[in-house]
Amino acid sequence: MVSAPTAGVTTEGSALRVSEVSKTFPTLEETDSRTHALDGVSLSVEAGELICFLGPSGCGKSTLLRLITGLDFPDSGELWVGNEPITGPSAERGLVFQDPNLFPWLTVRRNIEAGLVARGVLHEKRGEVDDFMRLVGLSEFANAYPHHLSGGMAQRVALARALINHPKVLLLDEPLGALDAFTRMRMQDEVLRLWEARGTTMLFVTHDIDEAIYMSDRIVLMTPRPGRIERIIDVTLDRPRQRSSQEFLRLRGDILELLHFSGHP
Amino acid sequence: MNATPELQETRDTSAPPKAIAAAQSGSHAPKISLGTLLGLPAAVAGSLIVHLLISKAEMPDETRDYTIFLSGALGVSLVLVAAQAFWMGLRHWLKESGPILIAVALLLCVGEVATTGFRWLPMPYFPSPAGILQSMIHDRVMIFDSTWHSLLLLAGGYSLGVVAGVVSGVLIGWFAPWRYWGTPILKWVGPVPATAWIPLALVVSPSAILSAVGLIAFAVWFPVTMLTASGISNTRASYLDVARTLGAKPSYLVFRVAIPAAMPNIFIGLFMGLGSSFLTLVVAETVGVKSGLGWYVSWAQGWAEYGKVYGALVIMSAFFSTIMTVLFKVRDRVLVWQKGTIKW
Repeated sequence: MVSAPTAGVTTEGSALRVSEVSKTFPTLEETDSRTHALDGVSLSVEAGELICFLGPSGCGKSTLLRLITGLDFPDSGELWVGNEPITGPSAERGLVFQDPNLFPWLTVRRNIEAGLVARGVLHEKRGEVDDFMRLVGLSEFANAYPHHLSGGMAQRVALARALINHPKVLLLDEPLGALDAFTRMRMQDEVLRLWEARGTTMLFVTHDIDEAIYMSDRIVLMTPRPGRIERIIDVTLDRPRQRSSQEFLRLRGDILELLHFSGHP
Repeated sequence: MNATPELQETRDTSAPPKAIAAAQSGSHAPKISLGTLLGLPAAVAGSLIVHLLISKAEMPDETRDYTIFLSGALGVSLVLVAAQAFWMGLRHWLKESGPILIAVALLLCVGEVATTGFRWLPMPYFPSPAGILQSMIHDRVMIFDSTWHSLLLLAGGYSLGVVAGVVSGVLIGWFAPWRYWGTPILKWVGPVPATAWIPLALVVSPSAILSAVGLIAFAVWFPVTMLTASGISNTRASYLDVARTLGAKPSYLVFRVAIPAAMPNIFIGLFMGLGSSFLTLVVAETVGVKSGLGWYVSWAQGWAEYGKVYGALVIMSAFFSTIMTVLFKVRDRVLVWQKGTIKW
């Protein structure tokens, strides 16, 4: 059972604590009624852990991720990274969306540099840009513009762009959702490789049960209306995991059962 | 769609011998029709013959320059037809532009027949092509001078308008208070044509030149502000979110995210502004400033020298379309990241 990055690798990640967080949004039709996106959600994440949020649409997974980035604020409750409360967006918490959202006016290299430019440290850290392009295997595309890239390549650039700031927590909102099945499985390995190399704490939103089992240390099952944590499942399978092993399939069956999707007997 | 330009290039270089062989055998060269190839010198020669026949009855002084012009054009067209056999780029261009050049030669011929030839069109309002060329050559110093003055006025007014428009567009598009106070101004003052302010401009401004610069700047300011503001405020929220999580400060969000994202819109504003700046330039020169091509046209008209009027129009067309082309080139350079996705 390997749940933390391999021994000997420094952990860049940082622990995370979410306590009693609630968030509502105004419902579009009726102005005085509000949708409970999150209702009293609490969660503790260890440094260097890889957590998957699994659940149907509307269960508040993305909202929770947005609160952790600091792009949005909870109605009540607290969020902490390490010993610091989250008060706004920071380069310590990277974000990757389903749409890579690369800046189309910048080349691959300039996109990856963006974080260094934004923090005003490009001069000191320029050398790292090449490392990161190599890390995601895109060195030969340094001067290509995003519209020349395939979906998988664009998502790798987005990962490198988020990782260059050495974030303590990396938030991934269905980052592989738009990719075809084969590219997707390749990218899962890629994300795992980056995670093992860096020890970044990763929070990963997905709709895909296999993906959640294949990747995570723990799976956080969420239910909608109001968004709540239904259950937290420890995934104790050895890494690298076998997608068709007995234990894998058994866990898959258990989760389907919990979500009431196991089918009629 | 994995292919990037680099990738394609390396693929191409893997097979250079074949490409060269194809070029040498001529199978890769564009096929140019015999009609275009012979039609161009024939059309020019036809115009020259018609001109020589018609101008027999005219004073030789007034038609000599046009004879030289058409003879020169004939020489050039013969050289083009001969050179395209060896020069691939020229052949491409000739295949593309040949029919248009033929049409121009024929149009000149028709113009001459309709004016000097049969005198279908009333004089002095419709001089012959020969007469127009004669006036242009005769008045070349003044026309050059007027063009120069127009260029200065346009450059001053346009750049002032662009700077003001981009600045106010960014302010209105980004900051809520600026949007609140700026939108009504934009909505009520902007649509009034710049030329409608001429009476006020003449009263307020200490000099006619300054008032013209101000009017042109105003004409450019409105579309540039409008399009810049809409581009800025429509910046994809997720670009801004990503930038914030990368550690971006507000200045980065404005200058490195919102403005680049708005660039395609800003260029639409620049083109619209350029169009209205031409209009405003010509009108302002006519009524206020006593120099420039606009003034020259109305001055020549006052003396009933229509040859000069048309001569100035020819220069104006070349002048304005050159500026337009320059802006297109700038656009292609700045928006190179959109290459293949823009269609205008």
